[in-house]
Amino acid sequence: MIRRVLPHGLGRGLLTRRPGTRRGGFSLDWDGKVSEIKKKIKSILPGTPCDVLPDTSHLPPEHSDVVVVGGGVLGLSVAYWLKQLENRRGGMRVLVVERDHTYSQASTGLSVGGICQQFSLPENIQLSLFSASFLRNINEYLAVTNAPPLDLQFNPSGYLLLASEKDAAAMESNVKVQKQEGAKVCLMSPDQLRNKFPWINTEGVALASYGMENEGWFDPWCLLHGLRQKVGVFFCQGEVTRFVTSSQRMMTTDDEMVTLKSIHEVHVKMDHSLEYQPVECAIVINAAGAWSAQIAALAGIGKGPPGTLQGTKLPVEPRKRYVYVWHCPQGPGLETPLVADTSGAYFRREGLGSNYLGGRSPAEEEEPDPANLEVDHDFFQEKVWPHLALRVPAFETLKVQTAWAGYYDYNTFDQNGVVGPHPLVVNMYFATGFSGHGLQQAPGVGRAVAEMILEGSFQTIDLSPFLFNRFYLGEKTQENNIM
Amino acid sequence: MTQGANGQSLRLVAPMWNGTRGIHRLGGAVVPEGNQKKERKMLQFLNNHFYDVEALRGYLLQREMSKVHLKNRSFTWLEEQHGPYSAGAFFILKQGGAVKFRDKEWIRPDKYGHFSPEFWNFREVPVEAVDASDCEINYEGLDNLLLLKELQSLSLQRCPHVDDWCLSRLYPLADSLQELSLAGCPRVSERGLACLHHLQNLRRLDISDLPAVSNPGLTQILVEEMLPNCQVVGVDWAEGLKLGPEEQPQDTASPVPA
Repeated sequence: MIRRVLPHGLGRGLLTRRPGTRRGGFSLDWDGKVSEIKKKIKSILPGTPCDVLPDTSHLPPEHSDVVVVGGGVLGLSVAYWLKQLENRRGGMRVLVVERDHTYSQASTGLSVGGICQQFSLPENIQLSLFSASFLRNINEYLAVTNAPPLDLQFNPSGYLLLASEKDAAAMESNVKVQKQEGAKVCLMSPDQLRNKFPWINTEGVALASYGMENEGWFDPWCLLHGLRQKVGVFFCQGEVTRFVTSSQRMMTTDDEMVTLKSIHEVHVKMDHSLEYQPVECAIVINAAGAWSAQIAALAGIGKGPPGTLQGTKLPVEPRKRYVYVWHCPQGPGLETPLVADTSGAYFRREGLGSNYLGGRSPAEEEEPDPANLEVDHDFFQEKVWPHLALRVPAFETLKVQTAWAGYYDYNTFDQNGVVGPHPLVVNMYFATGFSGHGLQQAPGVGRAVAEMILEGSFQTIDLSPFLFNRFYLGEKTQENNIM
Repeated sequence: MTQGANGQSLRLVAPMWNGTRGIHRLGGAVVPEGNQKKERKMLQFLNNHFYDVEALRGYLLQREMSKVHLKNRSFTWLEEQHGPYSAGAFFILKQGGAVKFRDKEWIRPDKYGHFSPEFWNFREVPVEAVDASDCEINYEGLDNLLLLKELQSLSLQRCPHVDDWCLSRLYPLADSLQELSLAGCPRVSERGLACLHHLQNLRRLDISDLPAVSNPGLTQILVEEMLPNCQVVGVDWAEGLKLGPEEQPQDTASPVPA
């Protein structure tokens, strides 16, 4: 569905770039008229070397206030909130640059689409709660006249996290924090688990936490499409190849010299050609997901002696994760939540027809090579299925239908997002590194980054533990409940 | 009203207004007839070419939404003065629904929206049944409904704003709720029905005529498996099957052939 709509969205976004339509919009077939005029001129004056009206409709605009690198859910969310929170309507020009308009490798589309509040950090819980209310009222936020209302296909079935003996104490304290922040989570003993979900085998489970409200899974493409169709933002398909920066040397209060850089031009290269367009900009947002480190390196982040602020790289790298879909006719019923086992394996129902999907995060030493998105079926046989079959005996007989792989933008430092400006490259803002929970926090993070840009500080949810500085200072904001 | 060439009336003044109200029914599925299609097309044309029309429609849409928000504002502040049962009952009655306190008669608002104030005295009497059919209750309004802790029967028939998120909020009533009716709710789908498994005391569930459910027969079977003690009403298992060629429907006036 989204592939049909995307070219339409691109066309609308770049409409005002064509010469002449800025004034009116009454000439309904301007493209046709332009090509007719060109043909006439060529026929009258044959052999004119230069094109009279060169066609630049595929290029991005030459000036833009904000350039968002990356057109996934995080980039679009930041663009959306920038337009929502700007003081004057149409006061800011936002350009979203996306390398691949089919989103074939983008983490958003390949995501399992879950949202849950069962985290250990209060900031993560608040972000998730806000995102849940955003998704619930999505038709109020993303209403476009003439378009049908968005149907997110949200399954409010909740998350069920299982803990073994050694993790039970941590789970209890996490649930306490979650309840304090307002998440509706309850603890269950193995007996209560067997009562409620008779298909579970509670061997090895000491405690379980079950999210009752605002948790479940939804269709990420629908959210992406909804954000894209909300007008006001320019889209461009191209790759960012260069940042042109200007530096300034300044003295700190401790009499140290520090070089502050600011990006004033972004070179966007078109697909399958050497053509590029320099876009003058004031602010750049790095929402490139698994490839954020490359974009950061282009801006000179990490080029310096290691151990200094200049030498601190952005520790986000792509990690490949597999998702398998299988059919099991006697499997758990309609009420099944997304179950996350003690071993790290997880699964959920998909649709009405006894299909399930799930996977497992591999251990550090088993990490697959992220060079491509090929699926390893042996991983399912050896590392995922045994745990699933142990936990749900009905899964001993199942048949794998299909599988796919996607990237986590994995933050190797502490598996939490990087949000906010860089201390040295003053106009680059990050919104990346969420290590698998970016989709569920996208609305909240988008709003936080927009507030940071427009007001100078976080207004609603304070995400200061997620700033870039922590990589240099060595302060980990560790999140324990990562799947 | 002038008559068009094929005998259908062309209403020149009314269409704009009907069109905006029709579009703003976010949950409703309207079958477009010839006239309405023309109005829609004209409206879309105007919308795409004039910023004023777009802004006006956006404003009207926002106004509709804020009306619903106003209806679903919180009445929980009434709880300390009059008790939870009266507060919840007041919310339902203001919306246009009916309540039944234990051992008392049904209290319904009349066509002007007025209802008798006798229920303010029932501090300790719990509400047994609520009939909120055709009311504009949404997710926020459920805050008020959930004050009625000992509710036994709830009817949410044809409520336009009750969706899957709302159903996930009904679990606090699990101890007492025995009867639930969701017939005709345009936004409830099988995903919302999955969260009804918390309501283990439910004895009667009505899920007929849910347009958003993709496969009604299969959904009925799965819901029956999920709630073994409950009688699930509404869908015939033969729903998904087509009639044989000998058995054509008698009345040709119905818009959707069986």
